[in-house]
Amino acid sequence: MKYFRLVLAALFAKKTRTILTLLSLVMAYLLFGLLQAVNVLFNTAGDGFTGATRIVTQSRVSFTQALPLRMLPQIESIPGVQRVMQQQWFGAYYQKPSNQLVAFAVDPLRLKDVYPEWKMPDAQWQDFANKRTGVILGRQLADRFNFKIGQQLPMNSNIFPQNDGSKLWTFEVAGIYDGKDADTQRQTGVMYINFAYFDEARQFGKGGAGIFISKLAKADDAEKVAQLIDAKYVNSPEETKSQSEKEFNLNFVRQIGDINLIVNAILGAVFFTILLLTGNTMAQAVRDRIPQLAVLKTLGFTDSTVLWLVLGETFLLIAAGAILGMALATVVGFGLAGFFQASGSIVDQRVWLYALGSVFVLALLVGLPPAWRARNLKIVDALAGR
Amino acid sequence: MSSLIEIKQLSKSYVRGKQSIEVLHQLSLSIPKGDFVALMGPSGSGKTTLLNLIGGLDQPSAGEVSIDGKRIDQLSGNALAAWRARNVGFVFQFYNLMPELTAERNVELPLLLTGLSAANRGKRARIALEIVGLGDRGRHKPKELSGGQEQRVAIARALVADPTLLVCDEPTGDLDRKTADEILTLLQTLNREQGKTIVMVTHDPKAAEYAKRTLHLDKGQLVDEVMNAPIGR
Amino acid sequence: MLNQIVSITAMNLRSLGSRLGLSLVIIIGIAGVVGVFTALLAMSKGFEATLKATGREDRALVLRDGSSAELNSGLDAASVQAIKDTPGARPGKNGAALASAELIVITEFASIARGGSFNVTLRGVEPAGLELRPELKIVDGRLFKSGLQEVIVGKSALTSFEGVSMGSKLRFRGADWAVVGVFESGDVHESELITDYATAQTAFGRLGASSVLVQLNAAKDLEIFKATLKADPRLNVDVQAEKAYFSGQTEQFSRIISGLAVVVSIIMGLGALFAALNTMFAAVAARTRQIATLRAIGFGGIPVAASVLIEAMALALLGGILGATIAYVLFNNFSVSTLGQGFTQVVFNFRVTPDLVILGLVISLMIGFLGGLLPAIRAARLPVTTALRAG
Repeated sequence: MKYFRLVLAALFAKKTRTILTLLSLVMAYLLFGLLQAVNVLFNTAGDGFTGATRIVTQSRVSFTQALPLRMLPQIESIPGVQRVMQQQWFGAYYQKPSNQLVAFAVDPLRLKDVYPEWKMPDAQWQDFANKRTGVILGRQLADRFNFKIGQQLPMNSNIFPQNDGSKLWTFEVAGIYDGKDADTQRQTGVMYINFAYFDEARQFGKGGAGIFISKLAKADDAEKVAQLIDAKYVNSPEETKSQSEKEFNLNFVRQIGDINLIVNAILGAVFFTILLLTGNTMAQAVRDRIPQLAVLKTLGFTDSTVLWLVLGETFLLIAAGAILGMALATVVGFGLAGFFQASGSIVDQRVWLYALGSVFVLALLVGLPPAWRARNLKIVDALAGR
Repeated sequence: MSSLIEIKQLSKSYVRGKQSIEVLHQLSLSIPKGDFVALMGPSGSGKTTLLNLIGGLDQPSAGEVSIDGKRIDQLSGNALAAWRARNVGFVFQFYNLMPELTAERNVELPLLLTGLSAANRGKRARIALEIVGLGDRGRHKPKELSGGQEQRVAIARALVADPTLLVCDEPTGDLDRKTADEILTLLQTLNREQGKTIVMVTHDPKAAEYAKRTLHLDKGQLVDEVMNAPIGR
Repeated sequence: MLNQIVSITAMNLRSLGSRLGLSLVIIIGIAGVVGVFTALLAMSKGFEATLKATGREDRALVLRDGSSAELNSGLDAASVQAIKDTPGARPGKNGAALASAELIVITEFASIARGGSFNVTLRGVEPAGLELRPELKIVDGRLFKSGLQEVIVGKSALTSFEGVSMGSKLRFRGADWAVVGVFESGDVHESELITDYATAQTAFGRLGASSVLVQLNAAKDLEIFKATLKADPRLNVDVQAEKAYFSGQTEQFSRIISGLAVVVSIIMGLGALFAALNTMFAAVAARTRQIATLRAIGFGGIPVAASVLIEAMALALLGGILGATIAYVLFNNFSVSTLGQGFTQVVFNFRVTPDLVILGLVISLMIGFLGGLLPAIRAARLPVTTALRAG
């Protein structure tokens, strides 16, 4: 790293210029960090459930149309299906309508079978199954609101009133579950309610559920089994549409698709502008330093050493801007965590990895042309001022 | 005295647009070890070009350049760079120091190309600065030094790798009379006491008097050689 | 003083060609900021406009109590009748109250372009529902016949949803439905498919409605109507002006987009500001000799500074115009569909309005001013003698 001081000296030759360029880079990476975090969230929604191990069956017309529960044992008897559970969207919000939660009414023991990813002590599973008003919360959800086991949980539904007309339901936290690995841990934002209690206590819609989720006997059989299920109900009043769970989740995300496109377009525009700006600065800097670079060559620095010096300068500048900008983005990301239902900053290590990659790409794109020019510099021409 | 620099039938042409301009025409000369030579001539005579070729900054179009027995006209690219690092020290008219580095770090620059440790590099740099009389100025940046002091730093840089040959292009061109004399005296001392061979381009006849002999060039050819009376100032 | 400013500025602008590279940086940087800013806000405005255009103040929307959206609401047949019997509604052509029971169902269509499928609202309306919506006009084909599985589609649905076109057949609920007409309404309903209420009930096995839309005599009658319905012991409903309901639906999305626009623009704006500063400093540095010469000749410091400032602002303005133009050309009336509040697609157009353009230009002038200020001051304070000697 004996050349480090040379690189640093070169950068600070024109302090104002370097600092201003650095600040522009910081702004660019602040934006990059935030937008890419949103991008990553969109593209990995539903990740963690790797491999197609489950199928989601809904009414063909609309997922808001309920399916009768008598279909459950029928679906379970289809070859390739190991276990089926029903799932009903509860429309939950906590205290204020803006505090929306993801909550489903399910059969506790069936949930345990169909979602082996959820890890919870057996005692809590038992509690959930036995207590009528028992609910279990994902770790992320529990942390977000600081809910504790044994706590009474008043929850509103914006769809289902109870038999007495009240939309305020009261539950008890019977357990908190974790994911089996880091990826599934990110999906622990869901609350599960006891279906038996829910079905009995709700004013309408009894005996039906929004979707059925089937666990496959063999993973990756999803397409075949989905077709079998749909074939069974075709042309009946309960025509179904079955697809792998991943596809089902992706559907929602895709519908916000256009917005994602716009986010990416902005990202592209920002980077192009930064490319232009930094490229211009570096080109100018090299132009200014031609005499110095020539002197280095007279001292015996080889052409390629000079090339690496210029590349190193570019890389250092961009890396510094990236680190500062991403650090700022991470801080802001903490503030946005609640909105995106994440625990911890939405600017996580995946986004940092993207940023790191971009630094290399940018450094090459911006630094290579002036570095190449520096490499090819003819000593005598440069010294003579040509 | 054995010959350090042997030049045989040296020619150099430049291509400018569609024209080919011949700057040096079949020049031959030899410079013994320990010599102090001044190159003079009118503008366009080729003296700077000759200096560049001696210093390995450029390649001849034809002819041979041997320094200490090595044919440097046959070296190219990295080999030539490596040769320069070990064998030549350069002193320019406008000093060409790195403005953001201290004097000591400037002097140390050629040593970055060697495998010396940081401690050794620093030691050598400080010694070089002592030799040129700036031992106490190592921490200063070029903008804190006078013109003469900057040139001394440049000379220290040229010395630090202990080369046999010093190549100077108008070293006093930007200095006042008194400072110029000091610098030239320094060069003379390096030549007499350390045995450095010095080739210096200058247009100032008073500066040339400090050398042992003066070679006059005109239109790319050697036209005169004058032995100088030794000056004891 | 003014003469000096004018002559120096003219000199600078004429020599701009030689500094094209530098100048381009400011122009393109600011074009980027203004372009993105304009596009984002145009999106927000477009979405807002579509939803705000929906509904009238003198129409009351009746939902089940506690429902946040039509989709979540459900009224049984008895309640629907009770609502229709309540006085306050304007009489329609046939003398009966102008009140339409409406059923909302979400249907799914496959999207080949995007992969997967997307959700669209199917709305079953009674004849009264068409009568009390004068803004809804059939522009192609004809109205659906009651009892038949026919739909009319909104203009936006036609252009944005695959497989939906005049005369095409849509398959859901085990049967084929025919698209017999296209309507225009200038609001969110254009993203919907509309059919007969009773037909929809039968097809989806529903006995009640999602909502009841009532035409009142005047907007001020709303409160009384609401009070009457609330007082009815048979009913458990919420009443609001139709316009208020749809305005409320847009809130979250608008807020997000506006927030995004502001944040992105501020950050990009700062980035562009630093770029402008950088460029102007470089420009001043490159022209040090000229500036010093002018000062030596006798031009004052302030005119020199002013010329630098004017140059920066002129370049910035050019960038702003470029950015706004690109945003307009690319995005004005650009159709976008996205997930609305009710999990269905809402189609809306970007709207690049004049006030947006003006805002963009003002922003670019501001950035130009700030970016040129410090360099201008430096140019004014240049020590003439050293500058004359500089390279």
